[in-house]
Amino acid sequence: MTAQQTTAQPPVDVRSMTGAQVVLRALLDQGVEVIFGYPGGAVLPLYDALFQQNTIQHVLVRHEQAAVHAAEGYARSTGKTGVVLVTSGPGATNTVTGLTDALMDSVPVVCLTGQVPTHMIGNDAFQEADTVGITRPCTKHNYLVKKAEDLARIVHEAFHVASSGRPGPVVVDLPKNILMGEAPYIEKEAGRRRSYSPRREPDPGRIEEAVRLLARAERPIFYVGGGVVNSGPLACALLTELVRATGYPITLTLMGLGAYPAADPQYLGMLGMHGTYEANMAMHGCDVMVCIGARFDDRVTGRLDGFSPGSRKIHIDIDPSSINKNVPVDIAIVGDAERSLEAMLEAWKRVAPTVDRARVAPWWAQIERWRAVDSLRFRQHGEAIKPQHAIKRLYEMTRDRDPYITTDVGQHQMWAAQHFHFEKPRRWLTSGGLGTMGYGFPAALGVQMAHPEALVINISGDASWVMNMQEMSTAMQYRLPVKIFLINNGYMGMVRQWQDFFHGSRRAESYMDSMPDFVKLAEAFGARGLRATTVAELDRVIAEMLATDGSVLADIRVEKVENVYPMIPGGAAHNEIKLSPEDDGGHEPIAEDGMVLV
Amino acid sequence: MNMEEEKRHTIVVLVDNEAGVLARVIGLFSGRGYNIDSLTVAEVDPVHKLSRINIVTTGTELVIEQIKALLSKLVPVHRVQDLTIEGPHVERELALVKVNGDRERLVQALRIADFMHARLVDSTPGSLVFEVTGSSDELDAFIALVEPVEVSRAGIVAIGRGDMILDGVSQDRE
Ligand SMILES: Cc1cc2nc3c(=O)[nH]c(=O)nc-3n(C[C@H](O)[C@H](O)[C@H](O)COP(=O)(O)OP(=O)(O)OC[C@H]3O[C@@H](n4cnc5c(N)ncnc54)[C@H](O)[C@@H]3O)c2cc1C
Ligand SMILES: Cc1ncc(C[n+]2csc(CCOP(=O)(O)OP(=O)(O)O)c2C)c(N)n1
Ligand SMILES: [Mg+2]
Repeated sequence: MTAQQTTAQPPVDVRSMTGAQVVLRALLDQGVEVIFGYPGGAVLPLYDALFQQNTIQHVLVRHEQAAVHAAEGYARSTGKTGVVLVTSGPGATNTVTGLTDALMDSVPVVCLTGQVPTHMIGNDAFQEADTVGITRPCTKHNYLVKKAEDLARIVHEAFHVASSGRPGPVVVDLPKNILMGEAPYIEKEAGRRRSYSPRREPDPGRIEEAVRLLARAERPIFYVGGGVVNSGPLACALLTELVRATGYPITLTLMGLGAYPAADPQYLGMLGMHGTYEANMAMHGCDVMVCIGARFDDRVTGRLDGFSPGSRKIHIDIDPSSINKNVPVDIAIVGDAERSLEAMLEAWKRVAPTVDRARVAPWWAQIERWRAVDSLRFRQHGEAIKPQHAIKRLYEMTRDRDPYITTDVGQHQMWAAQHFHFEKPRRWLTSGGLGTMGYGFPAALGVQMAHPEALVINISGDASWVMNMQEMSTAMQYRLPVKIFLINNGYMGMVRQWQDFFHGSRRAESYMDSMPDFVKLAEAFGARGLRATTVAELDRVIAEMLATDGSVLADIRVEKVENVYPMIPGGAAHNEIKLSPEDDGGHEPIAEDGMVLV
Repeated sequence: MNMEEEKRHTIVVLVDNEAGVLARVIGLFSGRGYNIDSLTVAEVDPVHKLSRINIVTTGTELVIEQIKALLSKLVPVHRVQDLTIEGPHVERELALVKVNGDRERLVQALRIADFMHARLVDSTPGSLVFEVTGSSDELDAFIALVEPVEVSRAGIVAIGRGDMILDGVSQDRE
């Protein structure tokens, strides 16, 4: 391979560096501490450079999809950008699910992919894939580095784009000759791109208007999502201050859990398809809705023409394309949640210095009546473990240890959202937008890398966990003591629930035969395996899991055909929410209109 | 105002002229099922390496608003202007139109071209090629009259009138 000639501006750094060294130097300047990756021919020069330093730690995953989820876990639990390094061709294509997941859930990730040398691109070379073509729709932005003099600028820009505005994944495709040839280094702040400058400051006039509307409201509600968690702990603290200053109720989306303390009496729980009765009824009946950093997802709104029909809506979001996308709003405010909340709080103190509790008293009285329905109730009786009970006990036995929880996708995810409670942001990590089974375990590894001393638990399902169980090797190699709390119902429970509700109980392919013995499986990897089959064993297994130093898989055999309630069936409105039937056996029939929705 | 009503919009976009930028713009439309009625692209500022994309699309008010927000979000996009909303503008299109046939037919086509201000740009004994520019309606009318054997249309280019100036570089936010 011949070295790429650099004819443009002379390098700022006079020492001659290879492209691989330039990438590494850029990563160091960006403050990168950990990379999740998997090697291969096209990225060997970068691996060689990594080998010759010891500032950045590389974590060798067992599948490139898991590298992205681990980077997401790292990013979401710290607020930093997660970094991934994979080879060309299959290495790059294996990241696609992870990248799409990060795009949907707005997670900052920079993914470096190897590529065949520039002169071979387009020749169907060995392990060539059109990585920028394949990842264009599943990244916030992507780059193919064609010239050595662009390399450093592009890597820096990738971090800036991934982490600013609405965060997201960015791919940088690195041809091998660029990595091996000489390349100039430029500093982090040099050459910022003029076309990209997301707006952070809200319009003060609109903030004023919003606060005045809010101060007159009789049935107000705050509807808050992942954007406030993204914005940071200060945004969450400002949110808490503002909500308390108003005395108004607040509900959080699945992605927003932890943005506001769950124990606070003004908190109504999660809203949406499997949200609480009080949260959904309050959304339906409110007269002023303040949406902050949430995107009116269809799992939240239900049927759009029946969504909160009588309310005036205020929407604060950093991404103008989130506003008026699904639901038209009355006051649109483009800006960062932290800056907007700061401005709102200041305006609120001016506009409504004294709190008029009487104005919203009837609204609270109504909400308390809804709350009294106790929509998350379940009855644990008999020997068999109810999945809700398992999660409730896990919560009660770990709440003092400020745990980090990751989940996979399905019923266990919803029960975790309902029965595990978060007082702080960045403790809850779940795949909301894409709903990626197999997210939880590698994400937990990423969290543990960032927080070595913390208690990190992956609440998973028997079908989901198998999708990335190879990462048990990664956990062992790096001695990551992640705990796996497997809600084992022997079914793809969420699929089974929908088949029972909408497809005449024809349980096509939702039962998993020939499941592995999870205890032995954990042991085969060198981890500890535990099992609970009765309520009596549950607490003991949780205690033992928590007392064990290394990674543990706790196989919790739960009742097989429990359903998640409440449920707003697809195509229904918030006030058409279905509650758990009193008898534990069947479920009430649900109209089949929602079948076409997912 | 009827939110469901679909309307045609002419949107111009100033972008960095770099590899993949057109794919990003087109992918945004195809990936979300939006219509592209016409699309043209060419570099307009060689100093700053800026290209101008003219897009004609049809959609409800909410969809058009989405399209503009999504276009603005693309990293290489400097400016997005909705000429249909932002003010008076001119739209022109160019077509090359080939007519084949006997002498009588060609003479007839020349006569039409003459009064419709189409320019003859090529001729062989059995064929003529006309260049016609104008509004899309004018092009449609010409094409309908001459009954061509082949048509090549450039798509719509548009520009705001008077003081409405789209200049990507000086208007970038810092
Ligand atoms: C099986 C299953 C069931 C589900 N059921 C439910 C359910 O019952 N209830 C529910 O809520 N969800 C549910 N979801 C999740 C749902 O699909 C969506 O992922 C979720 O509702 C989106 O959350 P969000 O609106 O907070 O938006 P996010 O996806 O978190 O998006 C964040 C928004 O904030 C904006 N933003 C980002 N950064 C900032 C910033 N700094 N400042 C301001 N704004 C910012 C972004 O532009 C975006 O609009 C379910 C998912 C699965 C898989
Ligand atoms: C990668 C992927 N494939 C398919 C699905 C569809 N899906 C959603 S939930 C689910 C079942 C999950 O089963 P399990 O992990 O056992 O969780 P449970 O619902 O039983 O708690 C499936 C197949 C998905 N979300 N992700
Ligand atoms: Mg299951």
